[in-house]
Amino acid sequence: MSDIAERVKKIVVEHLGVEEEKVVETASFIDDLGADSLDQVELVMAFEEEFGVEIPDSAAEKILTVKDAIDFIKENVA
Amino acid sequence: MFDLTGKGALVTGASGGIGAAIAKALHGNGATVALSGRKVAALEALAAELGGERVHVVPGELSDSAQVEALAETAEAALGAVDILVNNAGLTRDMLFMRLSDEMWEEVISVNLNGTFRLTRAITKGMMRRRYGRVVTITSVVGTMGNAGQANYAASKAALVGMSKSLAQEIATRNVTVNCVAPGFIQTAMTDVLNDKIKEATLAKIPANRFGKAEDVAAAVAFLASGEAGYITGQTLHVNGGMAMI
Ligand SMILES: NC(=O)c1ccc[n+]([C@@H]2O[C@H](COP(=O)([O-])OP(=O)(O)OC[C@H]3O[C@@H](n4cnc5c(N)ncnc54)[C@H](OP(=O)(O)O)[C@@H]3O)[C@@H](O)[C@H]2O)c1
Repeated sequence: MSDIAERVKKIVVEHLGVEEEKVVETASFIDDLGADSLDQVELVMAFEEEFGVEIPDSAAEKILTVKDAIDFIKENVA
Repeated sequence: MFDLTGKGALVTGASGGIGAAIAKALHGNGATVALSGRKVAALEALAAELGGERVHVVPGELSDSAQVEALAETAEAALGAVDILVNNAGLTRDMLFMRLSDEMWEEVISVNLNGTFRLTRAITKGMMRRRYGRVVTITSVVGTMGNAGQANYAASKAALVGMSKSLAQEIATRNVTVNCVAPGFIQTAMTDVLNDKIKEATLAKIPANRFGKAEDVAAAVAFLASGEAGYITGQTLHVNGGMAMI
């Protein structure tokens, strides 16, 4: 399970080019990690690819923090 | 200048006059090309003419969303990466507005606009991820000027301009440019069907005093598809012999 968290964080670090220490679970993509709306779309696409899940727009809208992403993937990856 | 060595280019409508010229121009500049269209024999013939390793045939029906998805995947697989997307496929179903049927309207919109939208959406995802891309969509002078008998076609082409400008704004920071090339009257199968009277009347409005060649359009596409054109986005380049100056 923590494996999911690590993989999520790795994607965030790679995509947003931020330091690993900053990518804590409570970090908000936009407010803390400097993402814009397009970055968010890209992150969702990257999560979909990495975990083989489909993240519908209604769910993607609610993925605002690193924890939101980890929780969604944990719940939806079989 | 305009060297495309190492780049992969997907060209739709490559079985048609303008598309074939575009594919030849990009291939000539060093790109690996994926040729799309419905007439597989015509695509194979062009592939044979270009020869060698840097050419692939990737057929697809643009009005069918599942086929569009599959086309995007096949092209990505064949090219490794689609760095250049040329949305050139298009069709006309001309009729005076009062007699324009729902079917004629929808057929043109579903191929020219919906098909282009879906393919562009599928292909630009990879471009964004790779931080590089050139999207060039072939529109038409009639998208700007209108044309009696072509309300459906003109609407589809004008819509593509709005779509391209919006997308250009969204993904400019990702080093992906989105532009249109708007031909005037070009000699191809699409215009061969017009009668001499219409051709004469059109010629009278072209300052260059000749119809365009497919190669005239291809040269503009080759420019916008190049690395050098990286600071040009959201634009329409008109290739019309001066027929409309806009
Ligand atoms: N000729 C002109 O004067 C002129 C002027 C302004 C703009 N344009 C634009 O330039 C582009 C190329 O036109 P062209 O003159 O080269 O015409 P063309 O020779 O008739 O070629 C049209 C191409 O579009 C493809 N196509 C049509 N419907 C399709 C569908 N449902 N699914 C997939 N592919 C489809 C055709 O493929 P298949 O034949 O294999 O079905 C063909 O390769 C078009 O977008 C056109 O609107 C042309």
